[in-house]
Amino acid sequence: MAPTRYLRSSASRDVNPDLDIERKTPSFDVEKLTTILDGGAENTRVRRAVEAVIHSDPVFSREDKYFLSQNESYEAAVKKAVHLKKMMHQMKWSWAGSECKYCNRALGGEVAFTLHNIFMESILALSTDEQTAKWIPLAENYRILGSYAQTELGHGTYIRGFETTATFNISTQEFVLNTPKISAMKWWPGDLGRSATHTVVFAQLYIKGKCYGVHPFIVQIRSLHDHSPAPGVTVGDIGPKMDFNHIDNGYLLLQDVRVPRENMLSRFCEVLADGTYVKRGSEKINYFNMIIIRVKMLSNEVVPTLMKACTIAIRYSVVRRQSELMPGDQEAKILDYQTQQQKLLPVLAIAYAFHFMNEYMNELFSKGYREIKQKNFDSLPELHAFSSGLKAIVTEHSTAGVETCRKACGGHGYSLLSGLPSLYTRLAASCTYEGENTVLLLQTARFLVKCLGAARSGQPVPPSVAYLSAVNSERCLVRDKRDLLQPDVYVEAYRHVAIRVLSSAAAKLQALVQSGAEQHEAWHQCTVQLVHAAKAHCHYHVVKSFAEAVEKLGQEAGIQRIMKHLCGLFALHGIFSNTGDFLHDGYISGDQVDMMTASYLDLLAIVRKDAVPLVDAFDFTDETLNSALGSYDGHVYRRLYQWARKSPSNTKVRAGGKQTSPVCIHQGKPTLLSVLWACTM
Amino acid sequence: MEALERHVTAAPLDVRAERRGLAGRSLPARSPARTSAAAAAAAAAIIITMNPDLRREREAAAFQSELLTHVLDGGAERTSRRREIEALVLNDPEFQHEDLNFLSRSQRYEVAIRKSALMVMKLREYGIADPDEIYWFKSFIHHGRPEPLDLHLGMFLPTLLTQATQEQQDRFFMPAWNLEIIGTYAQTEMGHGTHLRGLETTATYDPATQEFILNSPTVTSIKWWPGGLGKTSNHAIVLAQLYTQGQCKGLHAFIVPIRQLGTHEPLPGITVGDIGPKFGYDEMDNGYLKMDNFRIPRENMLMKYAKVEPDGTYVKPLSDKLTYGTMVFIRSIIVGDSARSLSRACTIAIRYSAVRHQSELKPGEPEPQILDYQTQQYKLFPLLATAYAFHFVGAYMKETYLRITGDISEGDLSQLPELHALTAGLKAFTSWIANAGIEECRMACGGHGYSRCSGLPDIYVTFTPSCTYEGENTVMMLQTARFLVKCYAQVSSGQLVSGMVSYLNDLSGQRIQPQQVAARPTTVHINDPASLVEAYKVRASRLVEAAAKNLQGELNRRESKEDAWNRTSVDLVRASEAHCHYVVVKLFTAKLSEISDAAVRAIMTNLCLLYALHGISKHTGDFLQAGILTDAQVTQVYQHVKDLLAVIRPNAVALVDSFDFHDSHLGSVLGRYDGNIYENMFEWAKKSPLNKTEVHESFHKHLKPMQAKL
Repeated sequence: MAPTRYLRSSASRDVNPDLDIERKTPSFDVEKLTTILDGGAENTRVRRAVEAVIHSDPVFSREDKYFLSQNESYEAAVKKAVHLKKMMHQMKWSWAGSECKYCNRALGGEVAFTLHNIFMESILALSTDEQTAKWIPLAENYRILGSYAQTELGHGTYIRGFETTATFNISTQEFVLNTPKISAMKWWPGDLGRSATHTVVFAQLYIKGKCYGVHPFIVQIRSLHDHSPAPGVTVGDIGPKMDFNHIDNGYLLLQDVRVPRENMLSRFCEVLADGTYVKRGSEKINYFNMIIIRVKMLSNEVVPTLMKACTIAIRYSVVRRQSELMPGDQEAKILDYQTQQQKLLPVLAIAYAFHFMNEYMNELFSKGYREIKQKNFDSLPELHAFSSGLKAIVTEHSTAGVETCRKACGGHGYSLLSGLPSLYTRLAASCTYEGENTVLLLQTARFLVKCLGAARSGQPVPPSVAYLSAVNSERCLVRDKRDLLQPDVYVEAYRHVAIRVLSSAAAKLQALVQSGAEQHEAWHQCTVQLVHAAKAHCHYHVVKSFAEAVEKLGQEAGIQRIMKHLCGLFALHGIFSNTGDFLHDGYISGDQVDMMTASYLDLLAIVRKDAVPLVDAFDFTDETLNSALGSYDGHVYRRLYQWARKSPSNTKVRAGGKQTSPVCIHQGKPTLLSVLWACTM
Repeated sequence: MEALERHVTAAPLDVRAERRGLAGRSLPARSPARTSAAAAAAAAAIIITMNPDLRREREAAAFQSELLTHVLDGGAERTSRRREIEALVLNDPEFQHEDLNFLSRSQRYEVAIRKSALMVMKLREYGIADPDEIYWFKSFIHHGRPEPLDLHLGMFLPTLLTQATQEQQDRFFMPAWNLEIIGTYAQTEMGHGTHLRGLETTATYDPATQEFILNSPTVTSIKWWPGGLGKTSNHAIVLAQLYTQGQCKGLHAFIVPIRQLGTHEPLPGITVGDIGPKFGYDEMDNGYLKMDNFRIPRENMLMKYAKVEPDGTYVKPLSDKLTYGTMVFIRSIIVGDSARSLSRACTIAIRYSAVRHQSELKPGEPEPQILDYQTQQYKLFPLLATAYAFHFVGAYMKETYLRITGDISEGDLSQLPELHALTAGLKAFTSWIANAGIEECRMACGGHGYSRCSGLPDIYVTFTPSCTYEGENTVMMLQTARFLVKCYAQVSSGQLVSGMVSYLNDLSGQRIQPQQVAARPTTVHINDPASLVEAYKVRASRLVEAAAKNLQGELNRRESKEDAWNRTSVDLVRASEAHCHYVVVKLFTAKLSEISDAAVRAIMTNLCLLYALHGISKHTGDFLQAGILTDAQVTQVYQHVKDLLAVIRPNAVALVDSFDFHDSHLGSVLGRYDGNIYENMFEWAKKSPLNKTEVHESFHKHLKPMQAKL
């Protein structure tokens, strides 16, 4: 199946009537919502223009994606990256511009050399002007291909634990890099296994026998002539993964690899010719750059993936019919089942909630960036804590949400042709890269505990935790289920829980310390509770930022109305799924829980009506979705059948069921039971 | 590097034999097969190469893991017999093959079908006929993975035995038993799954030729998904709407030849193929089948029950409960599979967490094992407890099924409908939780869990379809709910109900004073499993009652029963879940008293408590709202869960060792019994297809030309 060219107007297209009818009476202006999501009509225009260019080029076709072996995927990704590079040159698109972002969206991220950009960014962030002048032009012209080698086989999140060494040799003015043991091998960096010629290696710096901690070094790992590994370098691919098989995540083993003194990236620290170690400037700016990668990842990768999954599952759920809702009627659309709505619509609400959360966070970071440029680093701890916790909950909920969408598509969701398994396997990696989620939540918790202490002793605290200073309300006063749909009511409920959970974790911590436990031991004893507190804090912020974003949509009444429903759905779904948190100290009563459940179920029915327009507004092309179940025209079965017939299992292999030679039979027939038992799965 | 060299020489050894040798040090009484000189020599080898962290963990355990293995297997003899069967496979060079992670889908299919054919021959050669032993044999050969003959062995043959006439059995059974005929079971269509009445394939009787004409009238009616259909099978049992004398008589089963014996080419009128790549199940050729005016003789309809006479007269079947029996049986296997898959994932994650070191707990000290972090324990130990719980549930279902059916044709089947209704929910409950649990285990292994060398992605993708096959889980939960609501109605009208739902009988007393449920004094003892069973029971009864009342409310407001049901279905699913949760806690608790060894019983009691309390901590809302627990008790529950984590911690590795998965079955570098993870990850990675040549051909094809142009 070649996914049909995407056209914006369904009027001119042959659309499955079951899907078409869903689009007849949206309660809001879909195109307008698309432009809001894109951040303005101009962005929408540019994005569509880029998509049109990419999709019209056969080199970028993704039709065979699900049929490729690891080797073929890698080769296809290299080919696309090379072609993209050429195209961007022709079109005069810059790699830092919005076109590049939209290219990536249109291609589903399936291009090689993504680490090459990180390589360049790290040089820009960590090197002196001289170093930048030397390396960046080479990288920009792809004379060299870069990677970024931080993680080791035995060491991930904990950077101080790295074992790779770089020992300064004064007589030759070189650093000698070594991998002293297996667990110290660099492991996982993208583009490292087969593509990269250079990489930034993070290693423990030793000068005259003294260790100065982890520093970055540019190391050439392959010949620029024939691409063979450099002397002392053992490099290769780490083998097949759950996904990302188009990327050659690699290992790197260094044995007495020598690099000149100038190859240590020296913006913040330098080793002088005589071996003197000099530190300069603040690394805080670098730190800021690292956390901003996390924020970009959420808005460029994670949330769009969730949106794609919603698009596929919701479109399929109005095409798929199953069983009867009314006796004698035709089989009902599965989206008309309450249980299906209860799976998918909260996930849709989560996608919108995270979108607005990201916008809020981007604003926060722009503000922070302006301050930091003026050497004011006061907001850094808050930005760090905020982005850490949000990275954790956004990736966790998005990953779970995609899998919910996949399972909600029943058996067909298990086919790669649905597009859903690969959305899941791509996203699943995000829970552990760029900071393992539990570690990140504990970093947020550390900040929160500190701020709670400050707030209680009357000191000023950063804006995102200002709520800790206010008096916590004791009871939810709602008497009617409709009142539960008021944003101030549910935002307050989340605030209450965030304060209560954090306070009780802090109290426990305090009690342990007072009873004689050492600080680190007390902390360790409370980590489960502290993770809970960090999540409650983040959840509160997502609800709050969504509610505030809805407020600002005042000039678009239709969109504001449906977004308010979604915001309510997001908030009430959270309460419905964690009633214990809200009941615990009697903040809400059992009766209120029942009212809340009723309101929540009412919202499902309301959002159901606009479900398809709400996913249409994400405006993914068929090529981007690459799904037999989720295409715009809803011709699910036809597409699935035609696509499956192109599978190599049908085209390349001749009927392969080997007829085994008949086996001589021992006496008598087996019993049913013994035969049944042989069915294991 | 030295450690690496040493290990590589040790790698081909049978690690399992080594393991037995090691276990033998603390446990002299072993089966004779285990005391061979080879095993002893291997034991000596392992003591040198075993990762010191894992060795310490095993030495510190408070119980003998071997004894717990016996509990899981149902006795020491069964453990040793299982290992004998396992050794048959492990020592047989014909069953060896390359690591599947490096093979293409078509290569994996070939490996699997080669092993399947071999398996069928060897089963007969060895005379293995006991059902459990067949199961073990098969599962070791295929490492618990699907294989192309699954449907032939598990559906085609049994269906012939239960639904074919004697004449049909004479014609088809022995050729099928000899694999001349390879069959599958083609039910699901592209547009229709769970709702059988919606199937569109037709079989129209033509009295003139005494044939059925089979047709796939629409795209949605194409048979889709049956395992082994795409490439392997030459016959299929096809479910189709029977039309005779102008009337539709509903779904019936037909034996349809689809490929030519000998050439294996599709027959004229048959379009058949593979449905393409999936999340997992690479070795299975799930297929599609489209039939165009394809004729089969009248005698190919399975006519043990319903019949079509030569003139087209339709003879109705007598009702039979046998299909219930088969479904209960298959569900018990899925529940067991939930337990096994989760056990495998726990084994990998817990061993890895004992070997992996990370960060600091105490400033200045070496990096601790990640298993020492409370957050890591909190992720893994409740899952470990769950794996044990599900194991006992699966065993209970199997035993109950065997007890009820006895000899299938003569047993008293009156309890089957109830069992059928209840096991639907348990299938859904356990497979959902195991599904999520496997992924939690994978993520608890950080980045390395994402590599296929961890084995975890593979366990997940292989297991996850059980949430949708053999009855989509939500639909299953609603079936159980229907039964629960029916029982509730019975109780309301004054009748008593029996079995697992008998707690509903208590509700009639409570209804006299409706305030009492909430106001009842709390008597839950959070250290006593029996008391926790009671707590879960009250929660279940409360949620069943709430769902039933909400349903009644909707029924009073609406005309359509189906509509009312739909509007209550979220509540109904919750009620079912609470019921299943109660059953699991109850069965786990009941198992404790059957364990004779005191040390094993002690650790299992703690695991059972952890399972029950962790479940409460995840659903505090239900327990608070129903007044079963107070705020203060909930706080105690949270604390007690954490206390239990610390109790389990020193026994965690021994607890997964008891599952007794052989390394080759586990298929995981991270979960290796000897814990030598990093060296073996490196060895594994070297075999990656991308590493075949030192310089990848993409360099010459794409990179170099680009660099030349720029």
